Amino acid sequence: MFTLQVGSIFTIILVLAVVIVVAAMLIWVERRLLSFWQERLGPNRVGWFGLLQVVADMVKIFNKEDWIPRFADRFSFVLAPAIIMTVVLLSFAVIPFAPNIGVVDSNVGVLFVLAMASLGAYSVMLGGLSSDNKYALLGSLRCAAQMVSYEVFMGISLLGVVALSGSFNLRVIVEAQADGWYVIPQFVGFVIFLIAGIAESHRLPFDLPEAEGEIAAGYHAEYGGIKFGMFFVAEYVGLVLVSSLITVLFFGGWLGPAFLPPIVWFSAKAFTFIAFFILLRAAIPRPRYDQLMNFGWLFLLPVSLVNLLVTGAIILSTQ
Amino acid sequence: MFTLIKDSLLTQVRTLWLVFKKLFTKADTVEYPDVQPYMFPRWRGRIILSRDPDGEERCVACNLCAVVCPVDCIALQKAEKDDGRWYPEFFRINFSRCVMCGFCEEACPTNAIQLTPDFEMAEYVRQDMVWEKENLLINGTGKYHDYNFYRVSGMQIDGKDKGEALNEAAPVDVRSLLP
Repeated sequence: MFTLQVGSIFTIILVLAVVIVVAAMLIWVERRLLSFWQERLGPNRVGWFGLLQVVADMVKIFNKEDWIPRFADRFSFVLAPAIIMTVVLLSFAVIPFAPNIGVVDSNVGVLFVLAMASLGAYSVMLGGLSSDNKYALLGSLRCAAQMVSYEVFMGISLLGVVALSGSFNLRVIVEAQADGWYVIPQFVGFVIFLIAGIAESHRLPFDLPEAEGEIAAGYHAEYGGIKFGMFFVAEYVGLVLVSSLITVLFFGGWLGPAFLPPIVWFSAKAFTFIAFFILLRAAIPRPRYDQLMNFGWLFLLPVSLVNLLVTGAIILSTQ
Repeated sequence: MFTLIKDSLLTQVRTLWLVFKKLFTKADTVEYPDVQPYMFPRWRGRIILSRDPDGEERCVACNLCAVVCPVDCIALQKAEKDDGRWYPEFFRINFSRCVMCGFCEEACPTNAIQLTPDFEMAEYVRQDMVWEKENLLINGTGKYHDYNFYRVSGMQIDGKDKGEALNEAAPVDVRSLLP
């Protein structure tokens, strides 16, 4: 019953619970880290070092009125936050946390993650459209264009890893890195995936869909209470997802010296990238929207294609 | 190509590094309720009414503070004691209006009304922001320890006639000036 193995009920519940709790705690982690980088202290009063701040925030957000604007399209307005939450949580099904921890051992893990990321675009599009608000519409327009275009480079940058390991299975990809992490042969792919991952989870500096200063929270401008909370937590789950993917694909997943258990190595690597994403938020200002699209199509696309071609050529020549 | 990479990529990396170094600097935040800030003696905060060195009320109910107050938050009524001294029958400051400008302190001829470095005056009920004389009056001299209006002014009260104040000449006898 309580055995840790891939696909057992206990493991599935454990993964779900840990992912949601970690994502919620990231709200506190992000506020604290950001404030340290801005020479502040951040929330440190509720509980031990402010750890209960998340509980306080959640109690507040759950107690809010579940308000749907009269001019909104009710069905899709309610559906939108549910889609993004479902989609990001489903993506975790294929993530290999450790040799014995995971939900599914899928042969198309990489494709599944990319497909789920594409479905996430529906959520923000529906959310913005159904809100019937010009800022929400602008935000969802931006988000749809950004996600659709950055998905292209995200997929292409992964193909180098897939070619090297010869599999779409994320567990096989991790085990193939026993001799050396893919970040070394696939450094260009790693950088492109990192950038595309930020754009995909629309975190700062690529948070143009919800840029507060320009379009007032963007696609979730009309949302409040628990529905806003779902968008909010889904963003952090997405952050964990992108960090886990980078860990799995380029930094050897659970692999590491044997004095620590595999799950600890995985968590340490993933948290390093989470902290890096928060550092990006603290340091880099957001680009203009046309700069973002130009950078994607005119720079990242050619570079990722060249990276794929060179990787393929080297693999062919060494066979 | 190199300048493109240098301008677009390396500057970003440098920014990241500079911001990351901030992790090891001390925060500027003062954790206020736990760490009290130093309040300067002339800070313009809560208003008090002081007493002279003899323990009498300094306020002579001249109304100058009420007149000069830009938000009209001071109200008082003059009354007179048996010995001829004036005093406020009531003295009321509405702190929900007060902007702590300190004009009342500057206008006061007797140094009675003074501003203090206390600023923690939050209340749950708005009416509690209206302070009466018994709330305002303190048992000390405030910032001016030796000043006593009746000892330096020509005002006549019981036990002190005109000309008996400090640095004051006797009143001129108009009849002695006759030719």
